[in-house]
Amino acid sequence: MAVQFTYVPIATQTLGSATASVTFSSIPSTYQDLVLVCNGIRSAAAVTAVQLNGDTASNYSQTLLSGNGSSASSSRNTSVGNGVLDYTGNTTNPSTTVAHFLNYANTNTYKTFLSRANNASDFVGAYVNLWRSTAAINSIYIYAGSGTFNAGSTFNLYGIASA
Amino acid sequence: MANPTLFQLATTTVGSGGVSSVTFSAIPQVYTDLKILISAKSDYASAHMNMTVAYNSITSGYSYINLNGDGSSASSGSNIVGTSHYYIGEMTGTSGTANSFTNGEIYIPNYTSANYKSASVDMVNESNNAVAYAYASLDAALVSNTASITSITIAPGAGNFVQYSTFTLYGVRNY
Repeated sequence: MAVQFTYVPIATQTLGSATASVTFSSIPSTYQDLVLVCNGIRSAAAVTAVQLNGDTASNYSQTLLSGNGSSASSSRNTSVGNGVLDYTGNTTNPSTTVAHFLNYANTNTYKTFLSRANNASDFVGAYVNLWRSTAAINSIYIYAGSGTFNAGSTFNLYGIASA
Repeated sequence: MANPTLFQLATTTVGSGGVSSVTFSAIPQVYTDLKILISAKSDYASAHMNMTVAYNSITSGYSYINLNGDGSSASSGSNIVGTSHYYIGEMTGTSGTANSFTNGEIYIPNYTSANYKSASVDMVNESNNAVAYAYASLDAALVSNTASITSITIAPGAGNFVQYSTFTLYGVRNY
C-alpha cells in the first residue's frame, strides 16, 4: 500500500519587513482541510482579519470564546465583511494562531473555520467563523485590523489530506 | 507531490509505577514547529491536577493566560510574573472517573528561532458523570527567552503520571 502523506506544506511566508497583509493564492483543491499557523509580533492592538476568495461582502460571522487572565467572555458578530483569526492588545511578545479550514473545497457547503488565538501577555481565545459561500477556498487574505505584522512574522499554510 | 511535513520524533508510554515527569531531549533543530500530543492521568489523590511545562534548563521568564470551563462556569487566569514553568491542565486525578485520561495538544511554532517562544495549548477531559470532574482548558503560553528549544519537560503539578499515560512529540516542517 502506498504511503499517504496527510500534512503537506502548500506555502510559507516569512516577512522581511513590517507588512499589513499576507495573501495565499492559487490554493489547490486537492486536500480535505487546511491548517494555517501564524506566529509573530504586531505593531498595534487589533484583530487579525481574514477574507476568502476576495470576498469583502457581509458574508462572514463569528463567535468568540476568550479569556484575558481575569475573566472569560463570549461574543458574536454576524453579517460582517471578514472573518477573524485572533486578537491581541500586546505589541511586545509574539502571538501564536492555529486555524483550521474544514472541508474548504466542498462546493455544496458553507465554510467553517476554527481559530485558536494565543498571546500569553494579553489574550487566549477560540473563534468559530462561518463564510456563507459554497465556493471552494482558493485564496486567503490575512490582514491586520490596525498596524502591521512585524518583520520576522511567519505564516505557514498546510494541506491535510484524507486517507 | 509536496514533501511530507509531520514527523514523529519520540513517544513515551508510562509504565507500571508511574513517573514524575517526561522529558524529550536532544530535539532535532531541523523542523519549523513542534507538536506534542498528550493522554495523561495523575495519581494525585484528588479529582484533578495540573501539569507543568519547561524548556531546556530555563528557570525563569514563563507566563501564561488560560481559559477554563468545568461544565458549570467559565473562568480565566494568568501568571505573568515569570515562573520556572508554565501550567497547563487540568488532568484527572485518582478520584476522577476510572480509566478516564485527559487529552490535549501543545503547539510550539518557530522553536529554533531567536525570538521569544509562544505556544498554544488545548487540554480536555470528560468524566461521563454529573458530579465527577470534567474540564476544558485553552492556554496561551510564553517563555521570554530566545534560546532554541532543545528539550521539553512535562510534569504533574504533584504526584506522578500513571501507567498508560502517553506523550508523543512531532516535528512539523514547512518545506
